[in-house]
Amino acid sequence: MIASIDTALIDWSRAQFALTAMYHWIFVPLTLGLAVVMAIMETIYYKTGNEFWKNTAKFWMKIFGINFAIGVATGLILEFQFGTNWSNYSWFVGDIFGAPLAIEGILAFFMEATFIAVMFFGWDKVSKKFHLASTWLTGIGATISAWWILVANGWMQHPIGMEFNPDTVRNEMVDFIGIATSPMAVVKFFHSVLSGWVLGAVFVVGVSAWYLLKNRHREFAIQSMKIGAIFGLVASLLVAFTGDSSGYQVAKTQPMKLAAIEAHYEGSTDAGLIAIGILNPSKERYDDGKDPFLFDIKIPGLLSFLAKRDLNAYVPGITNIIEGGYELEDGSIALSAEEKMRRGKIAVTSLAKYRLAKKNNDDTTAQLALKDLRANEQYFGYGYIKDKYELVPNVTINFYAFRIMVILGGYFILFFALTWFFIKKKSITNKKWFNWVAVLTVPLGYIAGQAGWVVAEVGRQPWAIQDMMPVNAAISKLDVSSVQITFFIFLVLFTIMLIAMIGIMRKAIKKGPNVA
Amino acid sequence: MKDSIVKVWKFYIDGFKAMTLGKVLWTIILLKLIIMFCILKPFFFPRFLNDHPSKAPKTEIVAGELIDRVAE
Repeated sequence: MIASIDTALIDWSRAQFALTAMYHWIFVPLTLGLAVVMAIMETIYYKTGNEFWKNTAKFWMKIFGINFAIGVATGLILEFQFGTNWSNYSWFVGDIFGAPLAIEGILAFFMEATFIAVMFFGWDKVSKKFHLASTWLTGIGATISAWWILVANGWMQHPIGMEFNPDTVRNEMVDFIGIATSPMAVVKFFHSVLSGWVLGAVFVVGVSAWYLLKNRHREFAIQSMKIGAIFGLVASLLVAFTGDSSGYQVAKTQPMKLAAIEAHYEGSTDAGLIAIGILNPSKERYDDGKDPFLFDIKIPGLLSFLAKRDLNAYVPGITNIIEGGYELEDGSIALSAEEKMRRGKIAVTSLAKYRLAKKNNDDTTAQLALKDLRANEQYFGYGYIKDKYELVPNVTINFYAFRIMVILGGYFILFFALTWFFIKKKSITNKKWFNWVAVLTVPLGYIAGQAGWVVAEVGRQPWAIQDMMPVNAAISKLDVSSVQITFFIFLVLFTIMLIAMIGIMRKAIKKGPNVA
Repeated sequence: MKDSIVKVWKFYIDGFKAMTLGKVLWTIILLKLIIMFCILKPFFFPRFLNDHPSKAPKTEIVAGELIDRVAE
């Protein structure tokens, strides 16, 4: 029974996955961002023939190479964990998860491995045009890889295009195009990739600012900053736009996540967005009667507008999503969590009855059980929820992580605009304070990306697959100690690698570009 | 065809020989892959369903787990 799954096992399995994913996401966004920056620089070299741009591109390629080398294959550790720690999940999702990951693996290997070699080894061996194409294709290969990973993640957030097969206990893909182009996957892809572009731009501007502070490679730094500022400004504006689209999708498919992000406990029309707020730490449950905020300033109607594109639209709160009874977009009335849990249990027990009847060659009972299973299938995951309170994700983490991401997103727009302004005014070299700000902005680029993923993943708890499979059903029944051991092995290994990367990168940056 | 293969081979070999910082990076990549595939994967990350003590088919194991874990 469910009680036999130790909550410590769930927590350690989740912690290990989170650690690996967060570590992986240190490398991926910089790869995506720098790939475009260096390709733009090489394009300028191709067009002008100016060796300065060739050497500028080469320097950023070296940084790209360091990041790529340390980061490559860290994603594979996540796949190890699927097979060991998340075996029920891995079996249950079937080919839906496997197909995008397989495509990603093949593409990543062939495209990146081929073109990255041409990019690094081919400067004087292939034509300028072929080299330029290889540089762009290295970035395009990495971006296409990201697409398939985010398709898989998007499916977990909003599962569509599949049919559950009770004989194999697997979900089978019935609509590949639907899965590959689901609105959730599309917005996730653009928002995540663009956030990588922002990080790439922040990194380029930050490192260039350091050269200005040290009074070294001034022309290289100013030209790199110029490209970083324009690229970063465009990317950060697009991130804001795709973030809005992402919020709209979340409101449609994961209303609990949206409610947690906003600490929106009671549903209302013209719901306000919390511009500034401090959560009440003593609030533990949605129905404990305590005020959710110690202090808050709301922008009236904005949450309704962001969620439904209507200032007066009704946005359900955590209480309403748990208690049900409000009208959904399709005109039906939302079920309570308890009703969903009851239906979920019927779905799971029907699966048991179906399988037993099949084993006994009792077709009549099997068909009846299958009918019950199909009728309640959409609530299958709720069959593993013991307590309705489990359905509320951690509000504090979501609320603050979301605000960190949004505030930093707004800051980056201002930061890139100012960088561009100071370059245009030719005063960037004199603005020592701003160059320090630029250097200190580099870690903020990483923090924003991590905060975004925290919102995406913590916000969907307790679900491994939204409404279909909670984490307590997804994990393998392992010894907690074995997951703890691997957690600490990873922690040590990752820390060593991170230190190695920072050390090698620092050395390369200190050495500087090979430009006049 | 043979010429093309030799050319590609030479391209990679010359590239690797000319590397400076790349040698350190390749060492790190190889070390990392060895740790991942020769230590972590076989000793710490066996495929749970392949090595399940019941030796039952995977479908049966997962079905049993999912059915048994239903909330009471």
